[in-house]
Amino acid sequence: MKALPTKVAATVIVLFARAVTAVRAVWPEDGLPSRPCVYYANHSSHGDFVLVWTVLPPRLRHRARPVAGAEYWLKSWLNRFIGRDVFNAVLIARDRDKRTEDPVTQMASAIDAGSSLILFPEGTRNQSDARLLPFKSGIFHLAVARPDVDLVPVWISNLNRVMPKGEIVPIPLICTVSFGSALQIAPGEDKDVFLERMQAALLALSPNIAGGGE
Amino acid sequence: MSGANSDLMTLVAGIFGVLIIASVIGYILQQRLSPNGSNAAVENLNARIKAWWVMVILIGIAFIAGRIGVLILFGFCSFAALREFVTLINTRRADHWALAAAFFVVVPIQYFLLWAEQYGIFSIFIPVYAFLLMPIISVLRGDTERFLVRIAEVQWALMICVFCASHVPALLTLKIPGYEGRNVLLIAFLVIVVQLSDVLQYVWGKLFGRTKIAPRLSPSKTVEGFVGGVISATLIGTGLWWITPFAPLQAGLLALVITLMGFFGGLVMSAIKRDRGVKDWGNLIEGHGGLIDRLDSVVFSAPIFFHLTRYWWSL
Repeated sequence: MKALPTKVAATVIVLFARAVTAVRAVWPEDGLPSRPCVYYANHSSHGDFVLVWTVLPPRLRHRARPVAGAEYWLKSWLNRFIGRDVFNAVLIARDRDKRTEDPVTQMASAIDAGSSLILFPEGTRNQSDARLLPFKSGIFHLAVARPDVDLVPVWISNLNRVMPKGEIVPIPLICTVSFGSALQIAPGEDKDVFLERMQAALLALSPNIAGGGE
Repeated sequence: MSGANSDLMTLVAGIFGVLIIASVIGYILQQRLSPNGSNAAVENLNARIKAWWVMVILIGIAFIAGRIGVLILFGFCSFAALREFVTLINTRRADHWALAAAFFVVVPIQYFLLWAEQYGIFSIFIPVYAFLLMPIISVLRGDTERFLVRIAEVQWALMICVFCASHVPALLTLKIPGYEGRNVLLIAFLVIVVQLSDVLQYVWGKLFGRTKIAPRLSPSKTVEGFVGGVISATLIGTGLWWITPFAPLQAGLLALVITLMGFFGGLVMSAIKRDRGVKDWGNLIEGHGGLIDRLDSVVFSAPIFFHLTRYWWSL
């Protein structure tokens, strides 16, 4: 049972996200998986997981946990409150030397406990002109460890224009979060082939509209 | 004042009557043609009617709240329309502050000037000051990539979504002898004529439409729909002369201008959508697409209606 302040904070954050971005969700024809799954998304802004979280239907939202870097989300009490308490993030250590727990084990046990994950396989925010950075291998190792898990590609568009890195005032633009059909790892699938397939499925969701010629 | 109130009440009763009839027809059509939601046209019609109820009630509340209510309503419309517009245009990182200024400085100031009834600065604030200040803010970052395209698009967004749209509530500032306290009815006249013209063009087009008028821009617009819609909306405008300061013939001529500007405004905004590769401006209103999809014809007719009225009738 969550404490009242975290519930209030969650509501405020969702309302704020909706007020600024008028965010719209595009669902896959076959719907979202009802069992625990991994939503994996492109990453260009700190607000990415908030937007995915906002558009998920409440019954799926409550069990969706973002996977995030521990360094950033444990930095200050506000970061800790939002990251750990409000969003119940699975906090993983990015620095290999300082790890006490294996990130893949952490993610797998969260799935075993009935949670879904919001994962950014690029590993860091994309500040480049490329539409997508190469995926890190974490999503592959997770898929090997839990081969049954559904992997749902999620393309977040426009949020990088709302709040580019280093800016403090958000521009209210309409954001779209497009969900694709669930994928799974094939038996014995090679790492590079798998990552390539995951990236292609994600890129296929990115809208080809003009605007945001960033 | 009581005359204005009773006219407003008559008008509201009439609008509610039309909406009730529309809802009943929509319900019957759904029972007959689309009992399980399979007929897209009927479902879209009913979504539109529902959205009409919401819009009429919102505008009604704004009217009851008076000048400040109307200003807040249209200020919000400008903000939401600007958001839809800017979402589709070319911007770069370097435009961040110019865009922030457009949303958080230009929009509030434009509506504040209306509230303060400062017509002189209201009418030039965006075309002169914003026009020059936006590129100045953008140029400071030194990014010249597609510079002319970027600043021109932001300026057009401001002109359409803020400058033109604000001419609807600007009707409240006109001082027309013998029409004191009734200006809100001018807004009602404009909005009713424009929106009915849109609806009637759609209806006439569905019933008799054969010849496409601009197939590359808007496949649903036909010559028959256009002529039928313009004539019937003009006649309705003429019949509404009693809520305006105009004589019946004058009301009819103004309604004709409003419907023509509205029609071509819709075409221009369609061309922009085609250019940007989208079908709707947004998704704010169910069945209608975005706010601009509903406002496009109002936006084009409001400044012309405002200035014609101001030139010939206002002090």
